[in-house]
Amino acid sequence: MTNVLFTEDHEWISVDGDVATIGITDHAQEQLGDVVFVELPEVGKEVAKGDEAAVVESVKAASEVYAPLSGEIIEVNGDLEGEPSKVNQDAEGAAWFVKIKLLDTSQLEGLMDAAAYKAFVEANA
Amino acid sequence: MSEATLYEKSVPGRIGIDLPALDVPEAELPEDLVRADNGLPELSQIQIARHYLKLSQRNYGVDSGFYPLGSCTMKYNPKVNEMIARLPGFAELHPLLPAASVQGSLAVMFNLQECIKEIAGFSAVSLQPSAGAHGELTGLLMMRAYLADHGEHARTQVLIPDSAHGTNPASTSMAGLTVTEIPTDGRGNIDLEALKAACGPDVVGLMLTNPNTLGLFEEQIDQVIELIHGCGGLVYGDGANMNALCGIVRPGDLGFDLMHFNLHKTFGTPHGGGGPGAGPIGASEQLAPYLPGPIASMQQGEVADKAAYRLQMPERSIGRVSTFVGNFGMFVRAYAYILNHGATGLRSNAEHAVLNANYLRTSLKNAFPVPFDRTCMHEFICRGKVGKSPVRAVDISKRLMDHGFHPPTNYFPLIVREALMIEPTETEGKQTLDAFIAAMLQIAQEAENDPDVVLSAPHTVPVRRLDEVKAARKAIFCDPFPDAEFLSRPS
Repeated sequence: MTNVLFTEDHEWISVDGDVATIGITDHAQEQLGDVVFVELPEVGKEVAKGDEAAVVESVKAASEVYAPLSGEIIEVNGDLEGEPSKVNQDAEGAAWFVKIKLLDTSQLEGLMDAAAYKAFVEANA
Repeated sequence: MSEATLYEKSVPGRIGIDLPALDVPEAELPEDLVRADNGLPELSQIQIARHYLKLSQRNYGVDSGFYPLGSCTMKYNPKVNEMIARLPGFAELHPLLPAASVQGSLAVMFNLQECIKEIAGFSAVSLQPSAGAHGELTGLLMMRAYLADHGEHARTQVLIPDSAHGTNPASTSMAGLTVTEIPTDGRGNIDLEALKAACGPDVVGLMLTNPNTLGLFEEQIDQVIELIHGCGGLVYGDGANMNALCGIVRPGDLGFDLMHFNLHKTFGTPHGGGGPGAGPIGASEQLAPYLPGPIASMQQGEVADKAAYRLQMPERSIGRVSTFVGNFGMFVRAYAYILNHGATGLRSNAEHAVLNANYLRTSLKNAFPVPFDRTCMHEFICRGKVGKSPVRAVDISKRLMDHGFHPPTNYFPLIVREALMIEPTETEGKQTLDAFIAAMLQIAQEAENDPDVVLSAPHTVPVRRLDEVKAARKAIFCDPFPDAEFLSRPS
């Protein structure tokens, strides 16, 4: 993936113009274990950075997925609701969660690139 | 080997019980109420007896073996308490009997309240709540009522450490309040700086478990409580781990304003099989008038030296939180447990619970990493990870079943990755603990040398590895009345 950024909350963000596709990282799905349920927001919802954007429930725990950026939800990956195990199979690809139309692209500054994220995960192992 | 359901074993026309001949005129039922097939299985008594006996033999309880389920305190429930609770004078009481005719039972309630007051250092105790989480909700409603009485309507935030039991934030939401999560510091204590930053005029209070869910005593408890009181908040104690402090530390003396007590953890009542529980709540002098009621009170009666007991609502009570007096049978068991052990016995229980946990911690820490490695209280956390082995906490737990042990708690508290939460309780002897250590060390070796045997465990129990995704989200429920139209079914 090109132009992919990562957060400390183990989310990935792929930016195309002012649209960001957001999912959870492969490391996150591995830590969660088998995912049994994904709850997605409604299309059209406005989220501010740090708001709860989705919920992912695994056999271990239910966790909130926070919006890493502010904007409007313009698309959600409905496939995940019927087939949550996709998150385990392809977290950083087909199992994206939401697409957000960004309000403020300057919020992208300070996010990690793949190498920095890898180092972050290793440092917190 | 799977056991067929009673429906699968049903034989048309088989009868389990003969009813006596009808000695009253037979009533005619309206035709639309009569069904030819009522959908019930047809079996003999012996079939049913065998079915349930077989199922019960597959159950695993603390009476079958070691059950180190952290945070749950699966200790032995003395059988004498069961005998006492079954005495007809207790077991056959009607809840509507007038106080004058149930003086003995009211005395049990009063004396249990007095015992808990003394053990925990509180001014008053209500036995009303039916479980720990119910106690939490009760406590939060009392805090709200108290603050409202003092004109403090703007307080809505409840501070909760990130290691807390999930019931704490759930109770907070139910009470209509908002949660602020406080992180844990490097020693496993609540982070004092973060707590300071969160203290303000919008704070209702703090919910704190001490020892916390990492099994660690909060080392800065005095400062923590001072900070909360300093900003006008109250401190609620989640008493889930009171079994580690009994007879040693009194939460009321530490400055806790409220705390619930899980009678099944601290005072040896059964965990239930779905049965009724009890989570009495204690309060400081300020909060005592808000306790739910009725609570038992005593006054000197007309007959000299003879006390009279009655039920009374506290002055500013938030009201009832359960019907009648709560789950009375649990009060009898807990009171019997307290009397049986006495002050020295209760303290000794706490000391042995702590000793056993530390014995396991020090014996296992070289094989399984312990994230906050300091003297623990009644339980400790280690990580279910061995070197670079693919084996995880859940696999270790499954493999422990092959050794005849109940697994520890998995994946809680949430702040420790691959958490195994181990609580041996005071009721286990050294031989049992040594057998558990040997099993854990063997599993650690297998994880490195033969991981497949761990990853595919359990091998020796009636049910093998379950499909947890299916169990959580795609369960198949037996429909006993497939043809019945009178039942509504989820679509």
